[in-house]
Amino acid sequence: MDANTFLIQVLNGIQYGLLLFLVASGLTLILGIMGIINLAHGTFYMVGAYLAFSLSQHFGSLWLAMAGGVVIAVVIGIVLEWLLISRLYHRDHLYQVLLTYGLILIFEELRSVVFGDDVHGVAVPEMLRASIPLNETLSYPVYRLWMSAVCIVLALGMYLLIQKTRLGMTIRAGAANREMVQSLGININLLYRLVFALGVALAAFAGMIAAPVASVFPGMGNQVLIVCFVVVVIGGIGSVKGAMLAALLIGLVDTFGKVLTLEIGGLHILPELSGMMIYVLMAVVLLARPQGLFGKSG
Amino acid sequence: MRHSRATFVLLACLLALALLPHFAEKYYIQLFTKIMIMAIFAMSLDLLVGYTGLVSLGHAAFFGLAGYVLAYAAPQYEAANLWLSLPLAMACSGLLALVIGALVLRTSGIYFIMVTLAFAQMLFFLFHDTKIAGGADGIYVYAKPVAAIAGWAPFTLENHVHFYFVVLVLLTLVYAVLRRLLASPFGRVIVGIRVNEQRMRSLGYRTYRYKLVCFVLAGALAGMAGYFAAAQFGFVSPETLSWHQSGGVLMMVILGGMGTLTGAVLGAFAIILLELGLQALPDAGGVEIAKHWQLLMGTFIVGAVLLLPHGLLGLRRLWPGSERKPAEASHG
Repeated sequence: MDANTFLIQVLNGIQYGLLLFLVASGLTLILGIMGIINLAHGTFYMVGAYLAFSLSQHFGSLWLAMAGGVVIAVVIGIVLEWLLISRLYHRDHLYQVLLTYGLILIFEELRSVVFGDDVHGVAVPEMLRASIPLNETLSYPVYRLWMSAVCIVLALGMYLLIQKTRLGMTIRAGAANREMVQSLGININLLYRLVFALGVALAAFAGMIAAPVASVFPGMGNQVLIVCFVVVVIGGIGSVKGAMLAALLIGLVDTFGKVLTLEIGGLHILPELSGMMIYVLMAVVLLARPQGLFGKSG
Repeated sequence: MRHSRATFVLLACLLALALLPHFAEKYYIQLFTKIMIMAIFAMSLDLLVGYTGLVSLGHAAFFGLAGYVLAYAAPQYEAANLWLSLPLAMACSGLLALVIGALVLRTSGIYFIMVTLAFAQMLFFLFHDTKIAGGADGIYVYAKPVAAIAGWAPFTLENHVHFYFVVLVLLTLVYAVLRRLLASPFGRVIVGIRVNEQRMRSLGYRTYRYKLVCFVLAGALAGMAGYFAAAQFGFVSPETLSWHQSGGVLMMVILGGMGTLTGAVLGAFAIILLELGLQALPDAGGVEIAKHWQLLMGTFIVGAVLLLPHGLLGLRRLWPGSERKPAEASHG
């Protein structure tokens, strides 16, 4: 593997990791702050991708599709929290698993009714269609760099929102002690609704920007969901910083697992078993730190 | 008195199941065989979810692995021996549960749910991405296992009625053994762990070991179900260990009413019959409802969570004169 190929794989790994972070950060926030395990979180990623597909055809522009898609995602998040999720706060995790599992079935089937079961593609916007040449044969698409940049900007924005603003302070307080925050006169229900809608919007947005590079297909949400669970477990529940680190780690491990070859005693380990790599990583982290890298112990 | 009524209802159900092959067609006998296999699977999960308080979202790993063991244990195009391959399949599932359990039991709560899911997924990719057992296409089990002991076979699984009774006997056996186990001091300890693990630890119980034993036992029983499912269907694919399978069986346990065993069986019957019912629905307003039956299933699950906090068995409280509180009332 020469330097240019290596560079491309590193960039791909980081880009995949950052995309995972967008989905996983919402998942970890909803878990850490609201105590809700949301299996349908990957579904919102799928919803985002299909919104990008259908709205970009309708508007003729991916930019308009993204703007419209985020608004729709926020509305979906608010309605779901209001109708269903808000009834789960005092219930066992078991019922959260079951209800959100039911939501997956509903959303997947609605997707099948509306869009069918075919694989679709979304065109890369005109202005980002270029590639940066690395040598005579290799080049790197600008769109992927733009994706990474957007993810970094969003991550920074989230950090500032949670650590530096009054709203973020209230959210952190709500995670620590729901009753106390409520008795201080803060509308905790509204706060939770906002957090949930934010999580849905982040996942859907990730689906939208990923649509041009990774086609739009049935079941794409569940694939992402399970990887994001691994991210959350490795990073530690509720820790956005942990999610960032774990997402980058998984992005790189997964990308390199697919391009490296490894043989031990005639057995092909890589790339044949690359699909398992991230789970092995998770098992190792669990052995060393059951609460995740940045999780609170106990 | 109440106890005797419950026993009476159970015996009546058992009698009805035993009489079914006398008047049902082959299709229904095979359908009920499939349901009873899933009922064993659901009961094994109930041991974890309902009694020990361990919500596993990766239970299909043990179910699916046993099917693969059966496919592997059989010589090409020939039948495996039941008395060898069944214990082997259950042992493999149990061993896998030991390895996975030793790791995942270091976590609890939400972590446990996610980690069990992730491990099952790891196994899914192992069978899906590698050539070891047909990859994504799956692998055939060409012949049903033979139950021969030194040339003499007491029954043959190729006969669907025999198969039905074997599964019925196993269902009854698993139910009785689990009931007995749960009534024993061991059973009291694991229920104690669900209710308050800290207290059990301070009483001197090594709770980790108890949970691990449960996890392994549940894994081996799920293996038993997976073995017969593979034998009946004649085909194993990575889908048998997918998380849809894990989610589906969890649904049976919770919908039926967890922490009761009977609820798990009831849930298996209810879900599979409901699935068939939904798939038989006629088109309405240009939408092929039967094709999109999952939409209604999802709505049903969401509705059940919101409206039936104690599962289907919880409905028995509507029965006049029934004051008995379901066991799961103390849960959560």
